[in-house]
Amino acid sequence: MKHGIRHWGPGLLMILPSIGLVGLFVYGLIGWNISISLSDEHGSIPVDTSGIDNYTSLLQEQRFQDSLENLATFTIVFLVGTLFFGLMWALLLERGLRGEGFFRSMYLFPMAVSFIASGVVWRWLLNASEGDDATGLNRLFSTIGLSGLENPWYSDPGWGMAAMAMPAVWQLSGYVMALFLAGLRSIPDELREAARIDGASEFRLYRHVIFPQLSPAALSALVIIGHMSLKVFDLIMAISGEARITEVPAVYLWGMTTIGDDAKAATIATILLLVVAVVVIPYLIFTSRWERR
Amino acid sequence: MRRIPLVAVAAAASIVLAGCGEDDGDGSQAGASNEVEVFTWWSEGGEKAGLDGLVQVFEQQYPDQTFVNGVVAGGAGSNAKNVLASRLEQGDPPSTFQGHAGGELRDYIAQEQIQDVGHLYEEEGWNDVFPEEVVSLLTEDDAIYSVPANIHRANVVWANPHVLKNAGVSQPPDSIDAWLEDLQALQDNGVKAPLAVATDWTQVHLFETVLIADLGPEAYNGLWTGETAWDSAEVTRAIEDYAALMEFTNGDRAGLDWPDSNQYMISGRAAYTVMGDWSYAGFEEAKLKPQKEYIWFPVPGTDGVFDFLADSFTLPVDAPNAEGTENWLRTVGSAEGQEAFNTKKGSIPVRTDADPQAYGEYQQEAMQDWQSDTIVPSLAHGAAAPLGWLEEITSAIGEFSSSKDTGKLQEALVAAAETYTGSG
Amino acid sequence: MATTTLVAAPEQVPPARTRRPSSPVARGVRYGVLLVFLVMILLPAYVLFVTSLKPPAETSSAQAWLLPQEWTTSGWRQAWDTLSPSLWRSFALAIPASIMSAVLGSMNGFVLSRWRFPRANVVFALFLFGMFIPYQAIMLPLVELTGTLGLPNGIATLIVVHTVFGIPICTLIFRNYYASVPEDLMEAARVDGAGIWRAYTQIILPLSAPGFVVTLIWQFTSVWNDFLFAIFLSTTQNGPATIALQALAGGQLSNYSASMAGALIVSAPTLVVYIVLGRYFIGGLMAGSVKG
Repeated sequence: MKHGIRHWGPGLLMILPSIGLVGLFVYGLIGWNISISLSDEHGSIPVDTSGIDNYTSLLQEQRFQDSLENLATFTIVFLVGTLFFGLMWALLLERGLRGEGFFRSMYLFPMAVSFIASGVVWRWLLNASEGDDATGLNRLFSTIGLSGLENPWYSDPGWGMAAMAMPAVWQLSGYVMALFLAGLRSIPDELREAARIDGASEFRLYRHVIFPQLSPAALSALVIIGHMSLKVFDLIMAISGEARITEVPAVYLWGMTTIGDDAKAATIATILLLVVAVVVIPYLIFTSRWERR
Repeated sequence: MRRIPLVAVAAAASIVLAGCGEDDGDGSQAGASNEVEVFTWWSEGGEKAGLDGLVQVFEQQYPDQTFVNGVVAGGAGSNAKNVLASRLEQGDPPSTFQGHAGGELRDYIAQEQIQDVGHLYEEEGWNDVFPEEVVSLLTEDDAIYSVPANIHRANVVWANPHVLKNAGVSQPPDSIDAWLEDLQALQDNGVKAPLAVATDWTQVHLFETVLIADLGPEAYNGLWTGETAWDSAEVTRAIEDYAALMEFTNGDRAGLDWPDSNQYMISGRAAYTVMGDWSYAGFEEAKLKPQKEYIWFPVPGTDGVFDFLADSFTLPVDAPNAEGTENWLRTVGSAEGQEAFNTKKGSIPVRTDADPQAYGEYQQEAMQDWQSDTIVPSLAHGAAAPLGWLEEITSAIGEFSSSKDTGKLQEALVAAAETYTGSG
Repeated sequence: MATTTLVAAPEQVPPARTRRPSSPVARGVRYGVLLVFLVMILLPAYVLFVTSLKPPAETSSAQAWLLPQEWTTSGWRQAWDTLSPSLWRSFALAIPASIMSAVLGSMNGFVLSRWRFPRANVVFALFLFGMFIPYQAIMLPLVELTGTLGLPNGIATLIVVHTVFGIPICTLIFRNYYASVPEDLMEAARVDGAGIWRAYTQIILPLSAPGFVVTLIWQFTSVWNDFLFAIFLSTTQNGPATIALQALAGGQLSNYSASMAGALIVSAPTLVVYIVLGRYFIGGLMAGSVKG
């Protein structure tokens, strides 16, 4: 059925303000940001690079590479942690047991809290002091006789960023659980029954019937958690501030705006955008195809 | 029928516009002509008390002006600097803002964001009462760009006398080497991390005092002009000394700020900490007894050197209520203003005609030293180098905190110096 | 299934349907494991409450995990004194910003699902991408733009910004929601010759309450919890509570009792929303929590 502009025109008109706002604030500003990143607006910093040189010099920088490495560690732990706990909780709650709603709500509640607020308590929990001076988790460990577990958390040069991901895992595992629960609940009972009638063991049922059905939920979780992780900022500012040892690109960017090096800040921002786009665009294409089927 | 969607558009637009319309008269905008918005990051402790004292004097001296507190707390001033940078860029400056004399101020001068206030110096006779060393850090091409409010000293060791006594350390060490021996003795005596430090910038603070100790004031000053080479053997030695000192520091430093490391010293977990004399205000506020619960001495090897920083206030270009700003600056430079501010903030007055009797024990000593010592500008607090250079050094020091690689640290320092002075 | 997150109508996680009998032992183990995780989840909450009621001296080392020896509300008082003005500003920000995003999102969702125009899919995809971008990528120009437009730092500017950046997610939620409106209703309206505005206001809007609840809760929570826009576009003097809390907690004189009381105060509104309207909150998660 073909409609003329008389039919769809009003619809377009109704959405036009939003198109204008999103066009300006999202795409217009992205373009503007890219143009700053290619400029020589380094403030009072005596470097005069511009254009693509801004990108090459940033990518060669030790500091930026370190921040990417930190981000990678953080992201891997964040993803693995949330998927692991999310899946485990979903499986534990899946088949309905008394109090399911209670557990589900409790596991989800950290999601309602801001990283800034939870950062306050995690900063205390992840205090690096050990032994007699310990507070936070280290104190708990030594009290319950697990002194061997005491460690410097995010102050550790090697695995600090893995510790930094713990609050993020705490906060978002419940969300991944909810995704998996929805996935599990959408698997038709007939499918399970058919498998059982075929004599499949519970293990084989999960391995060959249930888990394959969950992969779309896992994919959503990966992309959603992944893109949150790549732009992590609040959490790190709340816990360690601008310490170099936990620096990620978003925090580096903040530092550059503080000293007025706009071109460098914009360059970091553009690289962040590209990294996120690489993750998100294929996902959006994939889901829209899926939807059309 | 077709007109109706237009209504929708108009409705949507008016909703958005309504949002925009609410702006005027909101927040800290110094809209009214007699409001003076003073932008600082002094939100707590001795800093806040000092500011409050200054405000009191201001309101007495200029009752027709209204003080508006434009404080931005958090992040040891970095939040404030970020907000300030964006406001200056937007052409929305506060009436006046806080800036450290020296490199930090030069950034604003280079960007033409602040104005010459030399005429106030003439009118108020400040050229006779402000020391030359300070005014020169505020001056570029014969124009003076701010009014100094106070002097802080950075090269101070604060120590816990009980911990020292227990380990049999009786005398302040006179060199870094002697200090390292004491630190070893303390560690052997069971003090695991005798030198308390905190997050990255406090490590830069420690590093700069080691540079002064090993290079001497003249060569230290040369670091910022390009006359002293960053790849020289002296700098290498300073880095090695710094690395040796860091071996005696606490491992949880990344998660601490300066009051925490001070507390480590007070509580006896550590014997020493190196911090500016704003610590003194904190100790006073906590009602700790000088000489009994804490002692102080210059960082070993820097006796006779006063590593200083000065807070100053500016007149931004296009400042709203410039007349009010000038009045604020007059209060800042006045004898009453300096006394009200500094007695509470723990710093010493810039004015050489101040009465030492009004000040505490530590401050009286510092005022004497200020007269007799060699004066050098502090790196960690924006006096010695521009913000960008400091940022690069801070990053290199922060990296060293985990890598412990002295060679890499020196390379990074040389590279930073090349950017800013054109020579290694 | 990937579409459930992006496309499913906002509704609660469906209830379990099969209740296979399991042995008491297996059930016991399951509850045991669930309880262990519950304790882990609640650990930080315990620390927040306990520490907020201690005098500062008790917050470190030996007594760290114990109940206060001396109960005091001084931390709470200090936190409230510092934070209360910013809390009101947070309400003044989050309520109008969520309403405006929701209204725009509802109109967009209606058009994109029920009154499509050529290339509507492209527009929708471009909206969706706007939801995922790291906001850092537009922050510098945004600061310059607000300056150019003469929008001063503070709540009013943040309302505009959050309204705009809330459009994508609200559009998504409403589009998915309206997709479930029976086509017959729309057809009836068309046969009736009703124009778009009447179809929207008389047919769609009356059905929209659940969609609005979900979007409003979602937007309120994310605007309330936002830190990034706030720190670039406002100050402790004129910004929302997250900024004030960061200043209180990250300040130079770290006072854990006050910081933790402050964290609880700032989290209270979103937690209350979560507890009272949790059903819809989860609906929002499922529908489009595709949001950072």
